[in-house]
Amino acid sequence: MRFKELFQRNEETSASAAKERLKIILSHERTLRGQPEFLPRLQQDILDVVKRYVAVSNDQVRVQMQESDRLSILEINVTFPEKHLSS
Amino acid sequence: MMIDFDVGLRNLDLVMGCERRVVYDLVNVIQGEASLHQALIRDKRADDLFMLPASQTRDKDALTLEGVEQVIDALSLDFDYILCDSPAGIERGAQLAMYFADEAVLVTNPEVSSVRDTDRIIGLLQAKTRAAQNGGKIHEHLLLTRYNSQRVAEGEMLSLDDVQEILAVPLIGLIPESEAVLKASNKGIPVIHEEGTDAAIAYQDAVSRLLGETLPLRFAEPQKSGFFSRVFGGRK
Ligand SMILES: Nc1ncnc2c1ncn2[C@@H]1O[C@H](COP(=O)(O)OP(=O)(O)OP(=O)(O)O)[C@@H](O)[C@H]1O
Ligand SMILES: [Mg+2]
Repeated sequence: MRFKELFQRNEETSASAAKERLKIILSHERTLRGQPEFLPRLQQDILDVVKRYVAVSNDQVRVQMQESDRLSILEINVTFPEKHLSS
Repeated sequence: MMIDFDVGLRNLDLVMGCERRVVYDLVNVIQGEASLHQALIRDKRADDLFMLPASQTRDKDALTLEGVEQVIDALSLDFDYILCDSPAGIERGAQLAMYFADEAVLVTNPEVSSVRDTDRIIGLLQAKTRAAQNGGKIHEHLLLTRYNSQRVAEGEMLSLDDVQEILAVPLIGLIPESEAVLKASNKGIPVIHEEGTDAAIAYQDAVSRLLGETLPLRFAEPQKSGFFSRVFGGRK
């Protein structure tokens, strides 16, 4: 090990910051890949409607499009906190 | 054979040093205003190398998928390799440059913006190309360039391993940051002809790998400073 590395060890380098940031943004962008352009707006509209009835946060509504050869499936997932299910 | 797809911002001619011999361009050929034969420019140094310049005046919508296909089909009768130099971005020029490809060389700098852009291009290669639409796959190669192993060692630059871990594309070459590149482009000489320079060696290795050779990697580690530079203070 080089002398300098002894001091560098626990300190976050700018390269490791770059790597972490890239990993996070790319994993997000990869899930959006191939999705139709209107999807973010659709997700926002659905979120607005659901919010009129239940208090949900932005990350509780997920809209995804799955395409295969013969059909496309629009999948809308709304996760509620547990107490809303019983009422 | 090289085709410059950067319609509007022609520049490959300048880097190759043949800018004064450009008469017709890719758009002229596609629009039927010139024959392929008239538009091709033979390289001064490599006899079997030709180039088809981009248009400077037309806008990029002058390129059509059918037109590009015809040009590539015609060229593939005479040439073993057709390099389509893509413009930056993900617009029409880039999409047409990649559409008919069998292989893709992803030229990337060890910088966040460049790595992110490359990831988007990989997404397009896997969705919006003829190979992908026929259920196939384009062979992807990573060419990491402007690499400064000293700064990598100091934690100031993404390393080759970092970039490969993020992009998961096999490496075809590692080009060091090099003064030779600017000197060569100033003169209009492709840097690979500046024999003995680090960049020329690195590009030669990349070409050999593309042609199927297996070679050890160079320029990944900082140069060990030799006895003289240590004694006489080889400071950066
Ligand atoms: N290995 C290197 N060392 C130093 N400078 C380099 C190196 N590679 C490229 N450059 C410089 O970076 C700049 C961009 O290079 P180049 O034109 O090859 O990139 P490009 O991605 O094709 O750009 P464009 O999108 O404009 O076509 C040039 O000024 C060039 O001199
Ligand atoms: Mg370029």
